[in-house]
Amino acid sequence: MKARITLLVALLLSLTTLLSSTAHAAPLRLWHAYRGNEEKALEAILASWKGSPVETLSVPYDAYASKLAAAIPLGEGPDLFIDSHERLGDYRARRIVGPVGDALTPGVFALPALEAVSAEGAVWGLPLSQKCLALYINTALARDAPEALEDLADLRGKLPPDTHPLAYEIKGAYGLAALFSSFGGRLLDEQDGYGFAGPAAEQTLLFARSLVDQKVIPEDVDGALVTNLFKTGQAAYAVSGPWLAADLGDSSTVKWRVALLPKLRATGQPMRPLLTVESVMLSPQGAAKAEARALAKLIASAEAARIRAGLGPTPTARLDVAVGTGDAPVQVFALQAKSAIPMPSSSAMRAVWDPANRAIQKVLRRDATAALALAEGKRRFDDVRRPLPQRTSPVPALLLVGVIGLYLAFQWFKRSREEGWGAELKQSLPAYRYVAHAVIVVSVLVIVPLVIGATTSLFAGNDENRRYVGLANFINILTARGGPLLASGSFYLVLLVTLLWTVVNIVFHVGIGAALALLLSRPTLRFRAAYRVLLIIPWAVPSYVTALMWKEMFHRQFGAVTGLIFGINRLFGASLEPIAWFSRFSTAFSANLVTNIWLGFPFMMVVTMGALTGVPDDVLEAARVDGATRWQRLRLVTLPIIRPTLAPAVTLGAIWTFNMFNVVFLVSGGAPDGTTDILVSEAYRWAFTRENQYGYAAAYAVLIFLMLFVTTRTRTVKKKAVEIGATPPAPAEVV
Amino acid sequence: MTREADKPSLFESLAAHFILVLAVCFALYPVLWVVALAFSGSRPPTPQMLPIPHDPTLANFTEVVSTTRATPDGTVWLFGRQLVNSLVVSIATAAVGIVIAVPTAYALARFKFLGKERGVRALLATQMFPTVASLIPLYLMLDRLGLLNSRTGLVVCYAATSVPFAIFQLRAAFEAIPVDLEEAAMVDGATRFEAFLRVVLPAARPAIAVTALFAFMSAYNEFILAATLLNKAEMFTLPIVLQSYIGEYDARRELFAAGALLVSVPVMGLFYVAQRHLVAGLTAGGVKG
Repeated sequence: MKARITLLVALLLSLTTLLSSTAHAAPLRLWHAYRGNEEKALEAILASWKGSPVETLSVPYDAYASKLAAAIPLGEGPDLFIDSHERLGDYRARRIVGPVGDALTPGVFALPALEAVSAEGAVWGLPLSQKCLALYINTALARDAPEALEDLADLRGKLPPDTHPLAYEIKGAYGLAALFSSFGGRLLDEQDGYGFAGPAAEQTLLFARSLVDQKVIPEDVDGALVTNLFKTGQAAYAVSGPWLAADLGDSSTVKWRVALLPKLRATGQPMRPLLTVESVMLSPQGAAKAEARALAKLIASAEAARIRAGLGPTPTARLDVAVGTGDAPVQVFALQAKSAIPMPSSSAMRAVWDPANRAIQKVLRRDATAALALAEGKRRFDDVRRPLPQRTSPVPALLLVGVIGLYLAFQWFKRSREEGWGAELKQSLPAYRYVAHAVIVVSVLVIVPLVIGATTSLFAGNDENRRYVGLANFINILTARGGPLLASGSFYLVLLVTLLWTVVNIVFHVGIGAALALLLSRPTLRFRAAYRVLLIIPWAVPSYVTALMWKEMFHRQFGAVTGLIFGINRLFGASLEPIAWFSRFSTAFSANLVTNIWLGFPFMMVVTMGALTGVPDDVLEAARVDGATRWQRLRLVTLPIIRPTLAPAVTLGAIWTFNMFNVVFLVSGGAPDGTTDILVSEAYRWAFTRENQYGYAAAYAVLIFLMLFVTTRTRTVKKKAVEIGATPPAPAEVV
Repeated sequence: MTREADKPSLFESLAAHFILVLAVCFALYPVLWVVALAFSGSRPPTPQMLPIPHDPTLANFTEVVSTTRATPDGTVWLFGRQLVNSLVVSIATAAVGIVIAVPTAYALARFKFLGKERGVRALLATQMFPTVASLIPLYLMLDRLGLLNSRTGLVVCYAATSVPFAIFQLRAAFEAIPVDLEEAAMVDGATRFEAFLRVVLPAARPAIAVTALFAFMSAYNEFILAATLLNKAEMFTLPIVLQSYIGEYDARRELFAAGALLVSVPVMGLFYVAQRHLVAGLTAGGVKG
């Protein structure tokens, strides 16, 4: 049997190597995050390329930046990649982008676009297109662009029922920046300081909230809802980008046109949206290859711009390509781009979004006054951008490691001198033959990365800025970075949420699982097999599918749960309001909880079913003869017998729930305001979205590890926990 | 009391069925939504209560399945390649994981040796460390080993991460097998290893099958590591492809749903086949003397 398995493995491994050996000699590699028509347009552009073969890769958008950052320094990355200009600052800091050099033809690109990709006297990308917001008008509902945004309030009585004057995503900083600019504000100032604070920001937020209060804009509008409202004719105007036009398509039943964003009467100033310039960039390796530069030139050529023009009204960044005439949408977008504010490309910009978004949503939900929310946002930003801890000398730590090493060596030496140790070792030898390969594999591939990862927690900074800081990361975390200990986002508050999360989940998992298992084990039950198969289904669904599926179901406007509420209203004449699940802690936490319970109860059910087969019938029979009621038999006989069998599964289940990243990250994403984040998702944010502070994230990981380690060791089930019986297929392992 | 008196009343039976049906609804409702979405040609204007496809169509499936790509070697059927990748990687993971875990679990169940307790504790401890911090070191190591951007690298990682759980699971299963069986074989002249191969392994078959299924699933469903390690669309596994349908700006939910169904069906099939063993396998794992 073992030989057969070994053969199978050898076969599969040789198959995998065979499949991967079809690489050609040094093709040019091009990465992008396009899909659908945009990807097809790119292929059409590349069709005219005459040089070495081009290997393109469409990377899922979420993984794009981190993948570039990981692969390029190792030489595994692309020669060229397409991305928005605002990431350039970050990419330059990480040295994963090179200057375009001779690929740039002077004089053919619009100046604002070219400025957006320039820094330190060099050009770091070739602009392809410019995207910004503009005003869409449903011409059946409204004729003209308003003179000022406030005028839209006059429309209220004149529109059909269920139709809103304006669909505009003001709950995000990207959309709100257009209003903010009219009040004279910038999200990031010249010195990389946080700009979304102070009187201008406060006025902007109050203005935005008044638009909702006056029912000009419906509540809780996100990007998808803007598209949906406008597409279904439920909004007279919409503030959106070229992507809405692409979504409306030619077959749209809605007649629409595009106009420039209006001014605000409150300030007399026009709204100026943020401008993103999509560009083709070169990695340092690519920048050194003449052929890669030539390919970049082709992708940014006038010919390519004409192909791309077929995609929709996104204006090209080239001056020598005509962009339609008169009030064609592309013409309007091109005009709007001229007055738009290029998004700052400094790496500080990435740290702006999260604090700003949270502040906006807090004010719109009336959870805090504008001044308080903005001050908190500023604190958050400064927290992320705080200076690196002082460099300290690693000598004490090295000494400590040395001393511990010596001590262990001494202990080992002492033991080896003891009576019988040699015999014991000799006795152990046969066993070592069975475990050796597992020890090697697990040590190299699991324990070594883990130890290196844990060591990272003693460092701060990236790349050449990296420095040893001793325990500074831990001290920072444990003192809540100098703020109040239970401030939002502090270690202790997140820990409390994590504990609540773990306990409630386990209670439900075990409760539901055990109850169902007991029902299924009733000897007289019919359809048992069918029930069992159907109840196991959630276990078979991949956990990220589960998470995304439930997130969809909890969507306030389109979700099935809202459908359920409507259904109940219809059937029972009730008048329940759809719930905005992710705007309050209690409901967002419940949404996560329901998802995770759905995901986890089948496992506990199966484990309990297994444990119940171990309850001897004669004991139950004896109890029955002694006159015990069914409830007493359950409580006094069955439960005590199955408890030790369940304990290890519960322990490991608790560990995995404690580290359950997928559900929390994908369902609520920490909303509202990061309150539903658990420790592991907080660690993830520090590692990947807050300036890649790996050391800081690693410190979180080490703290998680220490807490779990100490808890499981001091529990009385310690031995049982080690002798784990049964556990689910490690859903928590993906992060 | 007699057996007669213990027979559940009609009311009780009905109540039991009621609860079970309720649980089944809870378990199936989201799945049926994915099915409905996958067959929908457009989104209904208002949210509905019942998962019924709106504008029924098969277009989503054809779009997901019919991805192709022109390469220097001719046109490649991407979806087919990616499905094969997923299956090859997952089967190899299960096989490698089992081969590594089985002897170790057996040794833990049967032998006494120095460092055993410590080793088991270390194994459990590996489950407590969030992968977020060990992902980057692993990436750099695979680069050194030249395994970046290869399915072999993926198999190596998945197998290594699935080993600790497999060891726990199998160890308990082996402990549940009476020692007498091997001893009888050894009395008959078999070596310990032969007894292990011929007596213990066949007896542990359900547990091994269930453990292999878990290893298969963990590899089949994983996408973060895969998205990080793989740089070629022809090498992608299906979860990465699915993930890419949910972009930041334009989520194509119906395609995601269709893809999710296609991805989940093989696993559901395996579960259906294995479900009898599932209880038995976990029981062997759970019941301990």
